Amino acid sequence: MRRLIASAFVMFAALPAMAQEVTTFSLDNGMDVVVIEDHRAPVVVHMVWYKIGSADEPVGASGVAHFLEHLLFKATDKLESGEFSATVSSNGGSDNAFTSHDYTAYYQRIAADRLPLMMEMESNRMENLMLTEDDIATERNVILEERNQRTENNPGALASEQFRAAQYQNHRYGVPVIGWKHEMEGLELKDTIDFYHLYYSPNNATLVVAGDVQPDEVKALAEQYYGIIPAEENLPPRIRPQEPPQRAERRLTYTDPRVSQPYLSRSYLAPERDSGAQKEVAALVYLSDLLGGSPFTSALGQALQFDSQIAVYTGAGYDGSNLDDSTFNITVAPSEGVSLSEAEAAMDQAIADFMAKPIDPAQMDSIRMQLRASEIYALDNVEGLANRYGAALSQGLAIQDVQDWPQILQDVTEADIKAVAASVLNRDQSVTGWVVSSAEEAR
Amino acid sequence: MLRIILTVCFALTASLASAIEIKEITSDGGINAWVVEEPSIPFTALEIRMRGGASLDLPEKRGAVNLMMALVEEGSGDMDAQAFQTKLDALAASFSFRAYADTMSISARFLTENQDEVLALLHQALTAPRFDQDAIDRVRAQVLSGIASDAKSPNRIASAYFDHAAFGDHPYGSSIDGTVESVNALTQADIFDAYHNTLTRAEIYVSAVGNITADQIGPMLDKLLGDLPAEGPAAPTHVDFGLKGGVTVIPFETPQSVALFGHAGIERHDEDFFAAYILNEIVGGAGFESRLMNEVREKRGLTYGIGTYLVPKFHAEMWVGQVASGNATMSEAVQVTRDVWTDIAQNGVTQDELDNIKTFLTGEYPLRFDGNAEIAGIMVGMQMIGLPTDYVINRNAYMEAVTLADVNRVAAELMQPDALHFVVVGQPEGLVSSD
Repeated sequence: MRRLIASAFVMFAALPAMAQEVTTFSLDNGMDVVVIEDHRAPVVVHMVWYKIGSADEPVGASGVAHFLEHLLFKATDKLESGEFSATVSSNGGSDNAFTSHDYTAYYQRIAADRLPLMMEMESNRMENLMLTEDDIATERNVILEERNQRTENNPGALASEQFRAAQYQNHRYGVPVIGWKHEMEGLELKDTIDFYHLYYSPNNATLVVAGDVQPDEVKALAEQYYGIIPAEENLPPRIRPQEPPQRAERRLTYTDPRVSQPYLSRSYLAPERDSGAQKEVAALVYLSDLLGGSPFTSALGQALQFDSQIAVYTGAGYDGSNLDDSTFNITVAPSEGVSLSEAEAAMDQAIADFMAKPIDPAQMDSIRMQLRASEIYALDNVEGLANRYGAALSQGLAIQDVQDWPQILQDVTEADIKAVAASVLNRDQSVTGWVVSSAEEAR
Repeated sequence: MLRIILTVCFALTASLASAIEIKEITSDGGINAWVVEEPSIPFTALEIRMRGGASLDLPEKRGAVNLMMALVEEGSGDMDAQAFQTKLDALAASFSFRAYADTMSISARFLTENQDEVLALLHQALTAPRFDQDAIDRVRAQVLSGIASDAKSPNRIASAYFDHAAFGDHPYGSSIDGTVESVNALTQADIFDAYHNTLTRAEIYVSAVGNITADQIGPMLDKLLGDLPAEGPAAPTHVDFGLKGGVTVIPFETPQSVALFGHAGIERHDEDFFAAYILNEIVGGAGFESRLMNEVREKRGLTYGIGTYLVPKFHAEMWVGQVASGNATMSEAVQVTRDVWTDIAQNGVTQDELDNIKTFLTGEYPLRFDGNAEIAGIMVGMQMIGLPTDYVINRNAYMEAVTLADVNRVAAELMQPDALHFVVVGQPEGLVSSD
């Protein structure tokens, strides 16, 4: 508690904060551990992050990482199918899991004194899963219904899937996390078990424990439950096919009668945060805010929603949290009566105008202030901090990179932003997608 | 938060019933507020609610309150929309203005270092909105775009049909967004009418959590809200759930059907509410342990998720659920849901199920109080339904006091398998509309 107050004030002045509440160490078998202390409430978040995501899947088995995530709630040598969640629940906690292109993570949020029980169960399912053909048949239907719900029933999601597949010419980021439907339908017991035995290992995992805990106590428990699991000696190096230089702009039109509001999206291949090299991408955070953050004050919002009535929606987004190449994205939804080509021309004009003009220093100050404030607001959410560390360590960053990031963001200059914009906003490495309800709308 | 959370959790885990530190104050101007002093992080979360909301739309003016509330952040005093937002961004604060069926909701989050300037800006937005014609037209276009999207969204098509069939011409029977026609017809004068009718102190609730003291809050609220009208129009009357049992299929070309189902519910102040709440958790509550989740997802793989919700509104009560399933399997999902409903109505739940859900609900409750904004939201919600501050301490005891006989009696009374109506949007094989 004391430390939390102290750090909040330290951060106010200079921002290198939060380091003092975070403790890290490794177990002998190679498992990394991060402990984040927050003693305000007797609650703990216990997470295990595997450095394995959909972009690491074997060819032809898309969706197997996410399928396995579902299957980890089935029986082990000690737990019956469903008993894991039932036990968490009957102890007053909640649990779930999630899969991305880069990682698969499992977590529970529960009273702090139940941490040993969580570790006992989580470490048990790291290597003792006992899957049956029945599990596969039933749960494969569940993930197909999940794909139905998230993607097949959602024209916007189907469109993004197409655009992303066009953006990545060689990298598996072009394949959806949930999988292509025809490959999901063919996933078998063996696919999941092979994947599980190879990648679910302590030397491929990060343990994050956040909340009302002491690092010493976490260390002793981690050694007791996770430390006894042998490292996987055959764990392959994490090598993925990388993007070649992209030399040609791609354009797609997705037509679906369920679309009500036509829109266009433009994505550019963009660098991601790398360990020790985060400066360039920090400028991209500013660029997305300046181009399409607030509709009231951003370049696109002002030009397309205020100076003219070309769009009902404008936005830009960039997330540097990726192991490999990321994307910088812009979306514009034209007003009634405005065509997509008119909207796209106005968007490109607004980008060109932004590049030609100096950036208002007051806007730079405003973004710096908001980023600084977001670090203070972030202290109120220990689960968010846990996610920050878990994701970073699964995506090639180190603890130091996470802790350096707020100050790197504060140090971004106008020159940095213009330089990164000039290199990233390159149409040759972009995908422009139109989403419409009919061929007539695609004009 | 330290003291508050610790004491709540002690009360729950170690049955040490010390008082939670919610301070209740009434300002000189008569505004009641709940405050939790939590100085460890230098910011404050403020929640304000006003009863009334979109149910106060005037005849033929459906959508006016919703559009008005979306315009509060679009310019006030001597600032147009862009000047207002530029100022708000520079202060790194966030405001949210939302209209709901019975409620106006205002949320603010601000750093202590900017507190005075942020509150002055919020005061300006609430007391001197401009409702400029260009802002009205811009936001109207956004609302119309949303209405058009809803018309092609299976879930929204289902809920629109369900609400209208259940509540007819009562405000609950139509979307607060209004229709294309009603929204297009709204004038600046209509927006000002909606403003004067709904942003009032007539029934106002306030909570604040963070780096602020109870002593500060009274004068702060009088300054912030004192200029608003003291009176507002009367609320609508109670309405019965009017939808009879059956199935309605609304054809829509999409691979997965969605279903919204339900029947009448129970009032929040009914003495059986806790038993009904527990019953709903066992039938279709959150998490993976409910009967419906087990039968429909875990055993049969018919869906990714199914859930049910007790919805005690201010003027009506219902018990509803949602499920999505492929067109080939939706009829089976509907049948299994009906079977679960019938089974529990007739045979009740087991002592094991009751014990498990109680441990979950009582253990999970203190975990909700895990941030300033979360605590402020929970408190203002309690205020709106008339709960006392010590509810947070006694709530788990109320849960514990519910017996198996209570739950099964309520199940037999409340669960009416024949009264369940399923509205299914999609192309569900083997499912047809009843009568």
